[in-house]
Amino acid sequence: MLMPRKNPVGSKLSAPRLGGVGAGLVVAGIVLLVVGWSAPLLLFLKAVVFLVGVIVLAQGLSRVVWAARGTRPDILLWLCCGWLVLLTVVALLAPLLPLGEHVDVVKALDAPIYQTPELLSEYPLGTNNYGLDMLARSIYGARTSLVIALSAVAVGTVVGGSIGVVAGFLRSGVDSVIGILTNALLAVPPLVLLIALATVLEPKLRNVALALALLTIPSMIRLARANTIAFAQREFVLAARAMGATRLRIMVRELVPNVVLPIFSMMVVMISVLIVAEASLSFLGFGVQAPEPTWGNMIAEAEGGTMEEYPHIVLVPGVFLFLTVFSFNLLGEKAQKRWDPRSAKL
Amino acid sequence: MSRRLVLRLGELVAVLLLVSFGVFMMVSLMPGDPAVAVLGEGHTAEEYAAKRTELGLDGNVFARYVEWLGNALTGDLGRSLVPPENDVVGRVLAALPVSVELATMGLLMALLLAIPLAMWSASHEGGLVDRAIGASMFAILSVPSFLGGLLLIAIFANGLGWFPRAQWVRFGDSPLDNLYHAFLPALTIALMELALFTRVLRNDLLVTLHEDYILAARAKGMPPLRILLRDALRPSSFSLVTLLGISLGRLIGSTVIVEYLFALPGMGSLVIKSANQGDFPMVQGAVLLIAAIYVVINAGIDLSYGYLDPRTRRAHA
Repeated sequence: MLMPRKNPVGSKLSAPRLGGVGAGLVVAGIVLLVVGWSAPLLLFLKAVVFLVGVIVLAQGLSRVVWAARGTRPDILLWLCCGWLVLLTVVALLAPLLPLGEHVDVVKALDAPIYQTPELLSEYPLGTNNYGLDMLARSIYGARTSLVIALSAVAVGTVVGGSIGVVAGFLRSGVDSVIGILTNALLAVPPLVLLIALATVLEPKLRNVALALALLTIPSMIRLARANTIAFAQREFVLAARAMGATRLRIMVRELVPNVVLPIFSMMVVMISVLIVAEASLSFLGFGVQAPEPTWGNMIAEAEGGTMEEYPHIVLVPGVFLFLTVFSFNLLGEKAQKRWDPRSAKL
Repeated sequence: MSRRLVLRLGELVAVLLLVSFGVFMMVSLMPGDPAVAVLGEGHTAEEYAAKRTELGLDGNVFARYVEWLGNALTGDLGRSLVPPENDVVGRVLAALPVSVELATMGLLMALLLAIPLAMWSASHEGGLVDRAIGASMFAILSVPSFLGGLLLIAIFANGLGWFPRAQWVRFGDSPLDNLYHAFLPALTIALMELALFTRVLRNDLLVTLHEDYILAARAKGMPPLRILLRDALRPSSFSLVTLLGISLGRLIGSTVIVEYLFALPGMGSLVIKSANQGDFPMVQGAVLLIAAIYVVINAGIDLSYGYLDPRTRRAHA
């Protein structure tokens, strides 16, 4: 979407010219990145310069590959995949990496507090009010976010998807009952439901994940049901029925494999929704509790005037959160356009 | 049509009953004894038993549910557990107007910005502006509202000092002041909706603009703006109306966050504060009311399609 494949101006250029322009843009982008990172400017200005640098660099890289390979690559998609892979690997290996202290305040007693980010120093992304390392906290926050979002989506999809297939295949009474149950689950706005559950449940990782799974179930039921109804009218289902297949076999062998793809693209979109929901919940103080880091409770640390003095307390976890949600959104949109064109519209 | 209406109403009642039962049963999820949670440790067994009776936790579940629902229908949702132990209904009704105002204002701001942006985007398809608008809307979608709100506060309230924070003036006291205080919170709410509305409306407009009758209008020499406004906008707005219904849940969610961020005395702040204090009658009352409003509005939107677009009357029946 950022970079349409057809570019009426660019396509007139010959490959060497294109490569030259691309290389120039790459250099300009890198210069802007360095300036944006290190120049003694206002933070807001630095952020703008940095952002422009990223865009110019992406455009440049895209043109270089375009010139070399003849087709224009979707650089943004690759950047997003790269970020997610990097984040997952780092989050998985977090205990093995040489990171600063992320949770134990006592161990950080001699560390400087509110250290501003300095990329090549001992604290690359700065420290918080206890002197805990922001990079380590963000990475452990990613661990919490990803574990919660992924397990909630997995549970929600399996439960919701199978209920949806059954409802869509059997129709009649079962379908109406499930429809009313789904509507009842959808009747409470997501965040309100989460807060209500937080009133009575303990804020533990497992409980948060279960509450989020409950959010995933109704939309999965709807999607699976709609797709099942569409596929159940197709010839191959009729053929299977004519050959004497049982209802269970038709559902498992004929319908589920067809419903899986749209469900999968919905899963990717759901992951980003749940990461936001988890972060909002932690921000409000109902999620996993501090000092155990999550992106939401890290951002909450900045409330009450801290943010103006030490913007990195918000910006570091904020950028992690934004990049991750953005990447999942982009991947989800691409997946929906490919496998589920009907829901891609909304 | 009337048969459909009756069916829809029956479903509405069933959904509301289920939701109210879920809300009622919420307390039983609580680990341990609610009476101990309310009174604290170190009381006698009789005192706990008395509190349980007072909270309505004794006896058969369904009998209690029917009684609770009966009370709720007659406008009695019990009393708050936290001093000054106010009437739940009174507190909820006092908080509701603030939230409704914020949500409405946010929605209006989003629509007012989204329609021109989408029209500009769609009429300059593939151009630099179109791509820039598309990219920034996609980026806005990935900013959670609590983060967006914090940044807006940092820039406009604390940095530039243009807008106040953590104050609320009631509309009755001074309408202009009220709007001024509600502007920044409403803008926070509007951002996310704006991004969605612009994307959906732009895509629908693009489809409409490729229709033959638009080509005919263009060939007649109608001015482009007139074509956009008079001929293209209305047939392109159906997805937007659908989206309004879907948006409502998210809208209520961002209202909750924004009220917390700006410390405004609405439903969101009430729910968050009560949840923090374990004041479950208050949370139950508020959730029940929010769910009822949400379900009724969505049913209304569902039924309104029939009037907006005659084609759907048969398709849904």
